Amino acid sequence: MPSHTISVLVENEFGVLARVAGLFSSRGFNIESLTVNEDPLDPTVSRIVLVATGDDQVLEQINKQLNKLISVIKVTDFKDTSIIDREMVMVKISVDERTRAELDSIVAAFRAHVVDIGPRAVTVEVTGNADKIKAFIDLVRPLGIKEIVRSGKIAMARAVQHETNHRTAAREAG
Amino acid sequence: MKKLSGAQIIIESLMAEGVDVIFGYPGGAILPTYDALLDSKIKHVLVRHEQGAAHMAEGYARVSGRPGVVMVTSGPGATNTVTGIADANMDSTPMVVISGQVATTMIGNDAFQEADFVGITRPCTKHNYLIKDVRDVARIIKEAFYIASTGRPGPVVVDVPKDVQQSEHTFKYPERVELRGFKPTRKGNPRQIERAIDAIEKSDKPLFYVGGGVQWSGAASELTQLARGLGIPVTETLMGLGSVPASDALCLGMLGMHGSYGTNTAVCNTDCLVAIGARFDDRVTGRIADFAPHAKTIIHIDIDPSSISKNVKVDVPIVGDIQSVLADMLQVVKGRESIAKRRAAWAKWHQQILQWKREKPLYENGNGPRPGGAVAPLHVLEELHTLTKGDCIIATDVGQHQMWVAQLFPFEKPRSFLTSGGLGTMGYGLPAGIGAKFAAPDRKVVVVSGDGSIQMNIQELGTAVQYGVDIKVIILNNYFLGMVRQWQEKFYQERYSYSAMSVPDFVMLAEAYGARGFRIEKQSELARTMKEAFATPGPVLIDVVIPKEEAVMPMIPPGGAMSEMLFA
Repeated sequence: MPSHTISVLVENEFGVLARVAGLFSSRGFNIESLTVNEDPLDPTVSRIVLVATGDDQVLEQINKQLNKLISVIKVTDFKDTSIIDREMVMVKISVDERTRAELDSIVAAFRAHVVDIGPRAVTVEVTGNADKIKAFIDLVRPLGIKEIVRSGKIAMARAVQHETNHRTAAREAG
Repeated sequence: MKKLSGAQIIIESLMAEGVDVIFGYPGGAILPTYDALLDSKIKHVLVRHEQGAAHMAEGYARVSGRPGVVMVTSGPGATNTVTGIADANMDSTPMVVISGQVATTMIGNDAFQEADFVGITRPCTKHNYLIKDVRDVARIIKEAFYIASTGRPGPVVVDVPKDVQQSEHTFKYPERVELRGFKPTRKGNPRQIERAIDAIEKSDKPLFYVGGGVQWSGAASELTQLARGLGIPVTETLMGLGSVPASDALCLGMLGMHGSYGTNTAVCNTDCLVAIGARFDDRVTGRIADFAPHAKTIIHIDIDPSSISKNVKVDVPIVGDIQSVLADMLQVVKGRESIAKRRAAWAKWHQQILQWKREKPLYENGNGPRPGGAVAPLHVLEELHTLTKGDCIIATDVGQHQMWVAQLFPFEKPRSFLTSGGLGTMGYGLPAGIGAKFAAPDRKVVVVSGDGSIQMNIQELGTAVQYGVDIKVIILNNYFLGMVRQWQEKFYQERYSYSAMSVPDFVMLAEAYGARGFRIEKQSELARTMKEAFATPGPVLIDVVIPKEEAVMPMIPPGGAMSEMLFA
């Protein structure tokens, strides 16, 4: 099933996340990831970025059902949009004299940051798209991961869009 | 400026909305607002159970087109309305429910009569509110009415904590609403309308399939004009009955699970299906893969974009208010001479459908006498038609009696058939009928129910008596949950698992409530007793005993295709 990244601009009010989350559970849609935050420029709105899976018909329904919610101001499906997307992960990794150098080289290669150092563990922060995060985790796993926390995905459209934009046609039909 | 309490602001706001009647039940958390209500001109109908209030509001809304208003207290008062709210949500019925809530300081403490009502109703309302500040009361009530009645109508809950009702603020009713996230499309896209007319013109066997949206939009006359102007036959969903006059030969009646052979065969053969304010419900389509298999084009007109291509892939979607879209279509048709040339082909198609209808009419031998002189449901509906000359509002419950009315009663006008379509709520009929009478005091209101359904909200007979509501309630009584029995007979090898029901003496029950009761056991008594009952003023209950073997036919088995219709 393809995943889609959808950005939802909502009224920043009580219960709005429950409305969006409840819509997914009551209609049987799947959410892979979800982030929500107040818009730093306009505190009356919040932005929810979610990743959902489903075929085209399901995704069309997700879009329409989200739009139907009164608290939802705008839904942007990044289906045919080239986007920049980022996730962040913090990984607490076991280290000893033997592995410290190896970890340092991985951190450097991924442009990650060491954010906390203890006698037997180092915490590293990595930011990037899902592929980069997966690659990092795969590499440090043999060293011993003690704890891991991963954020949801945030995304925005690139300033310059490539051709092949199907969205105009879809919008006219709807 | 003079300050009012939140409670007074609620009542002033309701008056500003033109509310003339509230269906409700007082209790602790809503008492401040009830106190303010006593000084207003708004009529209040004290129900016997809050579910009744919600269905009354639905009946009121369906007849008047305006939102029905419910007022209840917190906790159980609120939760008792949930079935009615869910019903209104499924059948796109505008409703505003004002519920009391425990004080803001108590919320979340499991206080006495506390329930998270906005949480409970979030999935079954169009929108809901918990008012936390008295300054928001007027704005939120304005928004609630706007949301309930604009676009695809639906229920809105406004939950008001007791301390908000008691706090004070100046009152100024907003002139308009500003909702960034709610801007329904009213006008259909002209290019899509042209495309739809192109597709209709090209087709040889066009068919209109119309639902409740036509009636909510007030588009019955535009639809009738368009159908007559083009000579295109019309089939109606349960919620769409009455959209075109049943007496018009173009009106094919109900399609779907209990649609007639001719009507469903038309759906199976059409090459251009025009869905108008309908949502391809599974009770209409049967097995979706086999629905309208020859339709080269499916056109769908609806105010709600999420209804389009939800169940059936649509070729020409038109989002907009149906009245506006049909008016635009009429204009386009008027300007096109080529389309008139199609009438001959379409008349042939219409004749073909009428031929199918004649081949297998509904209840071909159904009018005949029953063994032992028993009353058949058909006889009752014929008698009802004679007595009312066909001009009445009928509210039903859910089950066999509902389908018999839908199949057999020829509705000539929209907003005349009140029934629970989407949710299928037994217990809807009596309160909906009472609500209807408040919306249309001059129209005859009849409830047709079953012995199972009527007992689900029989207590509202007390409400009908208290307010002298002139309503006739016909119970088609077979001492069974008839539709359940029918399914058990056909699909569960006649294993009647817990579907037989003992019933009270309905005549004595009616009399105990202070209403009048009649009982009919033989066909020979039917005409005379029905006449007497209908001549009796005020609430009247008529218990008509029917044989348990009477079945709703034809029938498409659940999950089956239209072509798999059963006739016996």
